[in-house]
Amino acid sequence: MAVVFDRPKALLDVPTHYCPGCTHGVIHRLVAEVIDELGILDKTIGVAPVGCSVLAYDYFACDMYEAAHGRAPAVATGIKRAVPDSVVFTYQGDGDLAAIGTAEIVHAAARGEKITTIFVNNAIYGMTGGQMAPTTLPGQVTETSPYGRDVKTAGYPIRVSEMISTLDGAVYVERVSVDSVPNIIKAKKAIKKAFEVQLQGLGFSLVEVLSICPTNWGLSPNESVKWLRDNMIPYYPLGVKKDATTGEVK
Amino acid sequence: MAQKVLMKGNEAIGEAAIHAGCQCFFGYPITPQTEVAAYMSRRMPKVGRVFLQAESEVAAINMVYGAAGAGVRVMTSSSSPGISLKAEGISYIAGAELPCVIINIVRGGPGLGGIQPAQSDYFQATKGGGHGDYRLVVFAPASVQEMVDLVQDAFDVADKYRNPVMVMGDGMLGQMMEPVEFKERPKKELPEKTWAANGLRGREKHNVINSLFLKPEELEAHNNKLQEKYREIEKNEVRYELYNCDEEMDLVIVSYGTLSRICKNAIKMLKKEGINVGLIRPITLWPYPVEAFEKVIDKTKHGFISVEMSCGQMLEDVQLAVNGRKPVHFYGRSGGMVPTPAEIANKIKGIVGGAK
Repeated sequence: MAVVFDRPKALLDVPTHYCPGCTHGVIHRLVAEVIDELGILDKTIGVAPVGCSVLAYDYFACDMYEAAHGRAPAVATGIKRAVPDSVVFTYQGDGDLAAIGTAEIVHAAARGEKITTIFVNNAIYGMTGGQMAPTTLPGQVTETSPYGRDVKTAGYPIRVSEMISTLDGAVYVERVSVDSVPNIIKAKKAIKKAFEVQLQGLGFSLVEVLSICPTNWGLSPNESVKWLRDNMIPYYPLGVKKDATTGEVK
Repeated sequence: MAQKVLMKGNEAIGEAAIHAGCQCFFGYPITPQTEVAAYMSRRMPKVGRVFLQAESEVAAINMVYGAAGAGVRVMTSSSSPGISLKAEGISYIAGAELPCVIINIVRGGPGLGGIQPAQSDYFQATKGGGHGDYRLVVFAPASVQEMVDLVQDAFDVADKYRNPVMVMGDGMLGQMMEPVEFKERPKKELPEKTWAANGLRGREKHNVINSLFLKPEELEAHNNKLQEKYREIEKNEVRYELYNCDEEMDLVIVSYGTLSRICKNAIKMLKKEGINVGLIRPITLWPYPVEAFEKVIDKTKHGFISVEMSCGQMLEDVQLAVNGRKPVHFYGRSGGMVPTPAEIANKIKGIVGGAK
């Protein structure tokens, strides 16, 4: 009998620690499928962040690093410069990338490092139990914005993809979402293109993936998906923010 | 024999690293070590290697983590406030057991402090700096030639033990010019880096560079393993110089780095006045050369004096080594003030009671 659905080779056969309904599993799978399809498992090196996906190094089958909080793009830079024929990706959440790690992501992009960043934005700190993130929406209630994020005191969310796309070293930047099957298919296409940009040595690529956190949002997975559509997508519009590949990559 | 060339300390560091096979250098400008980065930016591309100026010391040390984890020889350099910023990364590097070389050309602190030579990062280098139970091997050269030799040794020691090695010099050593020779070095037998995460490339099991151990049992086992390694380093890697310690002595100076050379001048001055003073010069600040004290403790009449360009940081290790068996004195200047030989000699005369 033909196998029509299987675990990608780039994912290890282990249970993950993610909460029920969390979309990290979907995003892990998309990255792994892309690694399989491009046939690059042998030379891919991943960098896990500090945050919910801290243990991603136990799930991906390629060589992996666990980086200090926010430093994944610097670690990835060191790897790529030391082993230029490798394919290096960072997998980072919004606290890791858009708060403590802003300097590292901005400068990796500005230098045009030939690495790929998968940026998972769920508008909250998940690992530590639901505190306000740099991408927490105005008015959003979290453990450290119990009256809703007040932009007068807590400032405004950062639109990372738009910010990164202003940098000349960033070649390909797209924001996608995993709230629906059509969007998941688009997300995979974007991740694949981001890796292809790296394989062709064109520069830095980043895919921002809007993701849900049912546990810390205090919603069911279904309600979470609806909340993402109703609240996150209007603030964080989906689509290609920058494509300087000029047709080299489809 | 290799030819002698006149080199500035900071530039000699860079050339020594290149001789040792350093593939990647990640730096950030800070006085008084900027010439290391400047030298590497000129030389590394010429020998087909990597120079990168990072956006911060924090990023630079994490680039070191990345390159070291991939199995290449890598170095970064900085000065005191920059080392504080690197402390986080150094802790991760020690935790993940990655070999690398870190240069600290020490300036006065605390805070922004000053830019003149000091030794006030002794605690930071030898007792921690970052969080957790870890140790750095710390080399303290006293001349540009010794700097050249120790930087090359540092790469070997780092690889041998999978541990970061710091080479610590004061601003004087970085800035002064001395003749140096890049000697032919015998090839060291070093363990293969089978742990490196540089892509599977046919390997079956993935390698993971990591310092996270969520289960207490596993973290304790990891710490015990690190401690065993540190005991091994203490057994094998202690280095020191004994100067004028053969006869009975009035006092023994303990001093390291360029300051030890000033102390030697003080010893010569005192000798003319009939006062015989020896010198223990730790070359490794960690592991600390406790055995050197055993060799001289029965020969010193008035005990020991720790002479530092800091406010009594090494003094604590001297006290631990002496363990109350003899008096331990202290003389230190700080903030970039460098003691003169006469100043040190006067302090010693005060202790031993003047000319005899």
